[in-house]
Formats: sequence, C-alpha cells, structure tokens
Amino acid sequence: MSQLNPPVSADDHAAGPEDAPVTLVEYGDYECPYCGMAYPVLKALQEALGSRLRFVFRNFPLTEAHPHASRAAAFAEAAATIGRFWEAHDMLYEHQDALDDRSLLAYGHALGLDRAAVLAAFEGAYDEKIRRDFRGGLRSGVNGTPCLFINGRRYDGPVDLDTLVDSIQRLGDSYA
Amino acid sequence: MDQQHSGTALAPGQTAPDFTLPATPDQNLSLSDLKGAPVILAFYPADWSPVCGDQMALYNEVLPEFRHYGAQLVGISTDGVWCHSAFAAERKLHFPLLADFEPKGEVARAYGVYRAHEGTSERALFVIDSAGRIAWSHVSPVGINPGADGILGALDQLATPPQPTGVAS
Repeated sequence: MSQLNPPVSADDHAAGPEDAPVTLVEYGDYECPYCGMAYPVLKALQEALGSRLRFVFRNFPLTEAHPHASRAAAFAEAAATIGRFWEAHDMLYEHQDALDDRSLLAYGHALGLDRAAVLAAFEGAYDEKIRRDFRGGLRSGVNGTPCLFINGRRYDGPVDLDTLVDSIQRLGDSYA
Repeated sequence: MDQQHSGTALAPGQTAPDFTLPATPDQNLSLSDLKGAPVILAFYPADWSPVCGDQMALYNEVLPEFRHYGAQLVGISTDGVWCHSAFAAERKLHFPLLADFEPKGEVARAYGVYRAHEGTSERALFVIDSAGRIAWSHVSPVGINPGADGILGALDQLATPPQPTGVAS
C-alpha cells in the first residue's frame, strides 16, 4: 500500500536527471505549512545530492482546509506550460503568506505568464491534471502533506536534511 | 484480509448493526436510511486533531471519488453534536458527523471499536455494501491517519461483479 502508483512518468514535473539513482516524489500543497517547512530542507537535499537526485512534485491540495491551495496549484501548472514550473513552485513556497489571486497574478507577471493564462488556470484549465495527481496520491496511500516517496517507497521518517541524506545513503548501499 | 485488524472489530461478512444517532442538534441519521448504496463508516477518536494530517479533512477532499461509487461517507466519534457542528463548520466538512455521545460509545461498542479507557472509539473504517453487510474493515493505530486507499480498494471490489465460479446455466 505504501508503493507509489502511478510511477513517475513524462507527465510529472521533475528536476534532475531522468537516470538519477534516486527519485524523490513529494505530494504537496502550496498552502500547507508543513510543506512550507519541508521546502528549504528539500532544496538543501537537492543541492547536497546534485545529479544523483531527481525531484518530482505532485499536487495534493486540501482545498477546503487551504482556500488558496487549488489556485496556487493551478498557477504552477500554468507556469509549467512556459517551462517555468519550478520557478513558480519556489515562488509559492517562498510566499506562503501571500497566495491570494492578486499575488498569484503578480507572480505570473514576474514569470512572464500573461494574465489571461493565469485566469484560465483559475477557471480550471489544469483541474483535471491536479485531480489526477491527487487521485494517484490517494491510491498510493497519501494521507496528508508533505508525503514523500523515495524510489517509489513511502518515506515516513523526519523531514530533516541529515536523516534524509542518511536514508538515501543506506538505500544506495543496499543497491551496491 | 487485514493485518492490522484489532481482535474485536466486526469483520467482513457480518451484518452491520443498525443504529440511529444525531447528525445535527435537531436531526438523526439511521444506518438503515442509507441502505441501497455502499456506506463508509469512519470512526475516529475526536474532533479537532491537527489540520494537515487530519483524516476527516482528507476524506472531505475525497468525496467526489466516494460519490463516483455512489457511496455515502459518515464520520462517527463520541463528541457531542455541538462540538461536531463547530468542527464541521470550521473545517468546511461536507458529510455528516454522528455523535455517539449518549449512551456514550454505544455504536462504537456494537462495532467492536470502543476504547473504554479513553472513552473514545478506535480509528476504524467499515465499508458496508448496499445490502447492509460489512464488506471491509480496518483498525488503524489511533495516531495514524489511514488515508483512503483501503476504502477505495474496497469500493472497487464492490463495484466489480464477483467472477462466476461455476458454469453459467
């Protein structure tokens, strides 16, 4: 039940080489404070592991608990269409206190995403993709955010750099 | 069927005991009212657990999937109706929360998932088929949100007609 399903595919937002030995998938919600706390840790992890890590982000917004989560996710999906998903992702996690529509439009402007594209995202242009991520998360046993999978297996340990690096290191040893 | 089954929880195949509990300060809901479609009973220990990992907040988001199977979700805890209504309003929950409050935990006891020492229920899930039989059940450690994959798997099984075992006549 703690296996990632569906596996990572071309449909996913991925940073890092496709053939990296380690793939970390995060199911996240842009308005979730715990995801906000995980954000700098995962950034540091990416830096620490470099090309050994591929990082994938999938949407798991709790839209009733977090009123801006749905539109924030839609905004990032819109940014993906102009190849700027990760900049949008980072921008959202760095401004979790300002995720209202006006702020999202301003972030869009900064990224070179025109107003119409952001408004189309708000109107649901990417809802199906976001829901697909969410449903995949449910089937993979995601029960809250952030929820991490390392090489397809659920990671339930603490989200701090040392523990994550250790766990990934041990994974590498077991392959060797 | 399930590794984490507590010794006492009612198991698949048994008839789901009927009950009537308050859903709001002036409305009751009976399990028998829901017959004819699958029902998901989600016993949980208490309202107001932390938001992001909260099981009810998660299920609130899964309602479209449950609806896809025609299934009705019902949350049950030993909290009272006013507590439930405040909790449901604050978390914007769109499914009924039943108050198993007086006699305390009577329904949880009937399903074998009452924790007498704490005065709360276990964190327990039952998927009941349209005929009122328990199709699947699961008891989680109290501190662990079980997610929705088990429920969805059970609903999948209910939605798939059983494979014929003999020769069709």
